[in-house]
Amino acid sequence: MRSTEGQTATQEKQQTQLKASPKKESAKFEEVLKNYEAVIGIETHVQLSTHTKAFCSCPYNYGAQPNTSICPICMGLPGALPVLNSKVIEYGVKVGLALNCKLSLSSKFDRKQYFYPDLPKGYQISQFDIPIASGGYLDVDLPLEFGGGHRKFGITRVHMEEDAGKLLHTGNGSFSQVDLNRAGVPLLEIVSEPDMRTGIEAAEYAAELQRLVRYLGVSNGNMQEGSLRCDVNISIRPIGQLEFGTKVEIKNLNSFSSVSRAIDFEISRQVLLHSQGQANQIVQETRLWEEGAQKTVTMRKKEGLSDYRYFPEPDLPGVTLSEEYINGIRDSLPELPEMKRRRYEKLGLSMQDVLFLANDINVAAFFDATIGTGADVKLAANWIMGDIAAYMKNEKLSINDIKLTPKELGELIASIKGGTISGKIGKEILFELLAKGGTVEGLIKEKDLVQIVDPAEIEKIVDKVLAANPKQLEQYRGGKTKLQGFFAGQIMKETKGKANPGLLNKILVEKLNAKS
Amino acid sequence: MLSSAQTPRLLRSPTTTTTTLKCLHSSPVPASATAPPPPSQILTTRKSLLSRQTSAVDLAKSFLDRLRRTEPHLNSFLHVSPEEVILKQAEELDNKIKNNEAVGPLAGVLVGVKDNICTYDMPSTAGSRLLENYRPPFDATAVRKMRESGAIVVGKTNLDEFGMGSTTEGSGYQVTANPWDLSRVPGGSSGGSAAAVSSRQCMVALGSDTGGSVRQPASFCGVVGLKPTYGRISRYGLVAYASSLDVIGCFGSSVADAGILLHTISGHDKFDATSSKREVPDYQSQFVAMDYLESKPLKGVRVGVIRETLENGVDSEVISSVRDAVSHLEDLGCSVTEVSLPSFSLGLPAYYILASSESSSNLSRYDGVRYGKQVLGDELNSLYGDSRAQGFGSEVKMRILMGTYALSAGYYDAYYKRAQQVRTIIRNSFKEALDKNDILISPAAPSVAYKIGEKKNDPLAMYAGDIMTVNVNLAGLPALVLPCGFVGGGSAGLPVGFQMIGAAFDEEKLLKIGHIFEQTLQGCSFIPPIIADEWTS
Repeated sequence: MRSTEGQTATQEKQQTQLKASPKKESAKFEEVLKNYEAVIGIETHVQLSTHTKAFCSCPYNYGAQPNTSICPICMGLPGALPVLNSKVIEYGVKVGLALNCKLSLSSKFDRKQYFYPDLPKGYQISQFDIPIASGGYLDVDLPLEFGGGHRKFGITRVHMEEDAGKLLHTGNGSFSQVDLNRAGVPLLEIVSEPDMRTGIEAAEYAAELQRLVRYLGVSNGNMQEGSLRCDVNISIRPIGQLEFGTKVEIKNLNSFSSVSRAIDFEISRQVLLHSQGQANQIVQETRLWEEGAQKTVTMRKKEGLSDYRYFPEPDLPGVTLSEEYINGIRDSLPELPEMKRRRYEKLGLSMQDVLFLANDINVAAFFDATIGTGADVKLAANWIMGDIAAYMKNEKLSINDIKLTPKELGELIASIKGGTISGKIGKEILFELLAKGGTVEGLIKEKDLVQIVDPAEIEKIVDKVLAANPKQLEQYRGGKTKLQGFFAGQIMKETKGKANPGLLNKILVEKLNAKS
Repeated sequence: MLSSAQTPRLLRSPTTTTTTLKCLHSSPVPASATAPPPPSQILTTRKSLLSRQTSAVDLAKSFLDRLRRTEPHLNSFLHVSPEEVILKQAEELDNKIKNNEAVGPLAGVLVGVKDNICTYDMPSTAGSRLLENYRPPFDATAVRKMRESGAIVVGKTNLDEFGMGSTTEGSGYQVTANPWDLSRVPGGSSGGSAAAVSSRQCMVALGSDTGGSVRQPASFCGVVGLKPTYGRISRYGLVAYASSLDVIGCFGSSVADAGILLHTISGHDKFDATSSKREVPDYQSQFVAMDYLESKPLKGVRVGVIRETLENGVDSEVISSVRDAVSHLEDLGCSVTEVSLPSFSLGLPAYYILASSESSSNLSRYDGVRYGKQVLGDELNSLYGDSRAQGFGSEVKMRILMGTYALSAGYYDAYYKRAQQVRTIIRNSFKEALDKNDILISPAAPSVAYKIGEKKNDPLAMYAGDIMTVNVNLAGLPALVLPCGFVGGGSAGLPVGFQMIGAAFDEEKLLKIGHIFEQTLQGCSFIPPIIADEWTS
């Protein structure tokens, strides 16, 4: 699993803020917007990173040549039968527990029936009336740049189902081709309560879900590859009104920022219509987010409810979970993002630090391992968020790719704190360690970098430098005290930066001011 | 209690050794009244191959000769494997035997496979034009197991399209004739397999049974038909009709053959989640040679005759044949009582709702996109519509429509859900009756084989013919149909079968009772006229 994508959710949203929503031209409309609230719910499809598909032994690799990972089962050939991959249940239970849901000890699979060329059997194996998990919530800490704050968003249900294939449309549109590599890949559909009110809240909910599935190791959560897909349901209503407005679904949201921006656009669009007496123009429909145009457009209008003719899947036995099985999984759950953030908070870290460190499970693990060596918490956080993060960004590496180990970072912090090396030398060593590895101790020895802390030795060097620069010494004593910096620089040069700066300055000032 | 005033028929019973009996009631004796009990073709084959009395090649040739001669009259097969392919497999077996290498329990056994069961080396059309020329890339698990045991697949047998029908008239290709009377249907949907085994075109055959598709044609053709417990045999590679009811079943000319075939293909399969993990018993140990039978070999066996199956709507001759069979069991030591299953008549409507519902879903995959008939259109819906309209036959379309309706929003509760509730009631009532009885007995069908065309335009009359069998599928139980007599019709009479229903996974008991029954039934030879002059068992 890749540990980091190009951007964190927070970074994405910083861009969001810069972009003006399309209807924001007048301050007057801003006022109108304040009279409305949006009601937002999200359906998320999480592709599970099991070794094989949900009901056959085909592997799934994103981007593979079309139809190279298919078999009679996922092609829906006559006579082929599905057999459930038990990992799907394990992952479903993990996510259910992590979302604080109630698990169904006895659930089942159902067939959802519709015709589409990417659906080989003419039905999707899904769960209808008894999902594996339901009635939970997700804790979210909003980023500080959006005012911060903690939110608890309800989770309606989590259910298991299979993915469909993909249609490949030809350039001239005369025919389409079907790639079934993705057909039968296991998904969890996670449905939220309509608890979100803003684009930022929705994006942050999605980002937290991504963190959660990555922490759990059940999905790579990659939105660009479609491993995490969000469909947003949104309606608006005048503040104070109890009934919901007409719900619109938005699809094709490939990043957290598009979630946020699409919602902001859609809120403006709906509020504009409503405030101009055209509420009836807000119809129940599915709209597509167009990234290029930064707007939503109608994809299809819903003509009544579609009838999927769900019925229990007769090819699969019911799904029965024992308390023992559930407890076993519960005991094996890792520390989840919310727990981690609360722990980091208690360590005295700022919310900014907490959000950064807990954003990525591997970064968090690195941090935890570093402070596990006894390193100072704040210093460890600073190193990771500062020079290490910058290095990773420049080199496009994840924290698992760097050569530096948490143990050596701990060592480095201790060496600086203990005065063995200066902060400046520490930084130099850090970049060595990041790129090439090795140990702090070894590098200090190898490069003879141990700080000079012996006053007698420093005194000797000071004397030498003063003697070598009689003109400057005269000028200093003549009142040009700014030259102290010059002398300090010369001494550092002489010691290759190893002189302890505090001692150096103390001794230097004494010597400069001595009437000899 | 049923009448037990019949003369005992136990062959070796000291009191009956001088009594000559016929199992026939109203038509001429079809064969010598002293006809021997049916031998196991599988065991005979094994014995003669291993003792070098005959070769697999010679055996295959003799069956192929007969097949060639009879097939123009019968049309049992949709596809026959090329002779050279069959003979090559036979030759390989002969070489193995020559070299004293081990051969499987079905070595040299020639089998027919219903065409809704996938074979990688032959077309598998399920009797549908939609799958004309379709060749699966894999063998069904049952076929794979048979081949691994040394069996040679002769060809693919005819059926009603996707198993939906009771006559083979619903085949998209041809109608199979009944070997006992070529103007009559062989039953269905596994009519091709039943006719092929009956006329010794092959030794044993696979069928499938969703609502009686193995048992009713077995009865019509005078062969043994075994419908195992749901989950006993993997369904992997069986083209689905109604997944919760479908089972692969076995045809043989003797109980032993059906049992040995069952043993070969049973067991858990990782490719079928509904296949049972229960151990497969050694069914063959149930086949005790006659010499070792006691005078009352079935003493203590409790037999319940289902009252509702011997009432109005069932041919009186069928009823009396079944009653005679019951008497015979009683003579063998069984204690017989009559049981009532008040829910019995509910089975038919429940079955047709559930089977149609599941089939409407199972047949969704035939959309013309990936395989099978494709009628290109300007847009997607016309490709779907035209491919399906031209590919499916009318009976299939009717069931898809019925099933789609039954599953639709607003109707689901009234039809599908209610039918499931009925299914539970039926299952419970069978459970109760089988707690008190070892086996239950009924006719296999309300009539003997009827004329081709007779019910073709009356689907309800045809559906009504399934009354004896559908309940067993709804309850998921095993049942064995055995020929037990004849009624008038044709030149030699028409065979009648009776059905023994057992508790789940109690195939052993059915086979044991069936074997003793057939070994002691005197005066009946179920060799159809079409081969009577050449076949000597």
